[in-house]
Amino acid sequence: MFDLGYSEEQELLVAAFGRVLERECSTEVVRAHEPLGFSDALWTRMVELGGVDMALPEAAGGSGGGFLDAVLVHEVLGAYLAPVPLAETVAAGRLLATLATEPALKLLAGALESGVAMTIAPRPASAGRLRSVPAGAVAGVVVARDADRVVALTAPPAAAGVPNLGALPAADLSLDGGVIEIAAGPAALACFDDAVLEWRALLAALMTGAGQRALAIGVDYTKGRYAFGVPIASFQSIAHRMADAATALDGATLVTRKAGWAIDTAAVQWRPLAQMAFVAGAQAARHVTDEVLHFHGGYGFMQEYDIQLYFRRVKAWALQDGDPAVALEDLADLLWDRLPPTGVA
Amino acid sequence: MDFELGAAAETLRHEVRQFLAKHLTEDVYEQMATTGTYYDAGFAKAMGQRGWIAPGWPQSEGGGGRTWLEQVVLSQELRRAEAPVDGIGTTMLIAETLRIFGTPEQRAALMGPAVRGEVVIALGYSEPDSGSDAAAARTRAMADGGEWVINGEKMFTTLSQVADYVFVLARTNPDAKKHRGLTTFLVPTNTTGFSVSEVKTMGGERTNITTYEDVRIPDNLRVGDVDGGWAVACAALELEHGITYAEDIEQILQVAVRAAAEVGDDGVAPIERASVRARLAQAALETEMSRLLGLRATWMQEQGQRPVAEGSMSKLYSSEAFARVANDLLDIFGPAGSEQGRGLGEHGLAKIEHAYRHAQVTRIYAGTSEIHRSLIAEAGLGLPRTR
Repeated sequence: MFDLGYSEEQELLVAAFGRVLERECSTEVVRAHEPLGFSDALWTRMVELGGVDMALPEAAGGSGGGFLDAVLVHEVLGAYLAPVPLAETVAAGRLLATLATEPALKLLAGALESGVAMTIAPRPASAGRLRSVPAGAVAGVVVARDADRVVALTAPPAAAGVPNLGALPAADLSLDGGVIEIAAGPAALACFDDAVLEWRALLAALMTGAGQRALAIGVDYTKGRYAFGVPIASFQSIAHRMADAATALDGATLVTRKAGWAIDTAAVQWRPLAQMAFVAGAQAARHVTDEVLHFHGGYGFMQEYDIQLYFRRVKAWALQDGDPAVALEDLADLLWDRLPPTGVA
Repeated sequence: MDFELGAAAETLRHEVRQFLAKHLTEDVYEQMATTGTYYDAGFAKAMGQRGWIAPGWPQSEGGGGRTWLEQVVLSQELRRAEAPVDGIGTTMLIAETLRIFGTPEQRAALMGPAVRGEVVIALGYSEPDSGSDAAAARTRAMADGGEWVINGEKMFTTLSQVADYVFVLARTNPDAKKHRGLTTFLVPTNTTGFSVSEVKTMGGERTNITTYEDVRIPDNLRVGDVDGGWAVACAALELEHGITYAEDIEQILQVAVRAAAEVGDDGVAPIERASVRARLAQAALETEMSRLLGLRATWMQEQGQRPVAEGSMSKLYSSEAFARVANDLLDIFGPAGSEQGRGLGEHGLAKIEHAYRHAQVTRIYAGTSEIHRSLIAEAGLGLPRTR
């Protein structure tokens, strides 16, 4: 029955990640790890906290938690802009567990053993190359589509990440060094597409989490900044826009959590919900960071202020998947090509 | 966390659909379309018999004894069917208010008939010169020998042409501060000096101006304390958290998806075009967000919380989305979209054309978008007062 409350376990989980990030992931730490966008120390902490195996089945070496747990944890990671590729690792790990072929399980077991980061390449290989692979600069296992095969690169040549808007550890990778074939055929490719959708749902959680924090930054700033003798938050031109941003953000947060729940319960509408979460999260996070940066006046433009970190990061997260307008078309495909035209109930 | 409404609610959904199919005849729709009156006495009584006018009240009081999720489903299905429930809504708002502020006699006289669908109460807060600032009301009520004499004008007294009472917010003490000199009254519509003049609206809904010329009513029709009317009026306004237009958006989206799948004169079905698919997808997304924001506010209320900002978010987001989506969907069909009809037409496109007009008022009544933005900023974000 409808219930938006956290379970006791979820409260503990979220609090545990929140405590560690509060202590170890200040915005100074985030800045210190730009432009690569990866902190080895923080990644180790995430692994220790069970971040990687929380949404993996026990049979595959995971702790058997739910995908929704991962969604809630990613909201916290987003709030702190944590420079760790956990979304990619969780999505790749779940894909390997689902494919469950011998090479898939072997790779997964090895990665869990060593604590190495994993990722999936959302776009198929083209002419032996994978362009802008999320976390491609830091992942030890990269799962990708190559024609009708699902393949993996292990210990990819330490590709230098290309500096980018969000300081994300993306990289171009080559398949020339050889790949491991994990699975092939339509069923395997369908699993791959599903894993990309799961990754998008986790990105949605990162974006809504970051958006909520950006909103809090905006509330603090506009209450403390005075102009014409009053706090600027008392101007409707600011307060009302903040109310709109907060509303869209709450809506996106709810859709993202519902997507997490739908993935766990294998609800029929989980695919469109995951895509909706991604689109809604991207829109709401982009909107709130844009508004709050602007409310900072010239200070928002300064590197020293945190809001610019959020402004850059949430946009770059969304762009990893491609053109946001195409994401909306993809949502239409999920709603009206594969399902009857009744929409989501 | 769980996003299912549950088996009992889904069972009720089936029952409500059957009921609506039987009672919402073509005649009922025809009547609504031609008169702009979204009230039907026969329909209200049939609803009352099932305990669906006050679904959350105990059965011993004529209610339905329904869970909050069953109430959500009932409300979803009524909206989907565009059932004539406007009079039921305002009447129950006042019945709930009487539960808090009414005398035992008032409760005995009105709460039973209200849940049975036998009485209609219209709201008389707005005036020609005051809307969102309802406490600026100038309609005057003066005590006179144990009675009250009311003079003034009320604006947008929707359904007063069929109502038995108008719930009037009037000034009883012009010397007191704005919010402290107001009192609320139940004014019977058959009282001498009360008159109704029709106001036609762009959306087709009929509303009214009601005029009060030396309207004389007994003191036992006063609700709450003399000069304590603002608290009474606020209680009525606060009762409903979680208004959402999700179903209204969903209705026009379904029409648009069906119509866009038809091949047009240019040999292409609009739904094949990327720009059309993007707009339809955006509408589906905003439907889902509207629904979840509404459910959250209602759920919080059920948990014993007071979802002021969350209720405003639901109303604000869904009404704004309704207007936005109606505009986007209308665009898809070009001139064919602008053709007017009785609501169904060939593909039901006229429903979108109607929504394009109707959606504007949803951003105004039950709190304008600007009022709700202020509530969210103040109650939700803790920002200073902005007015």
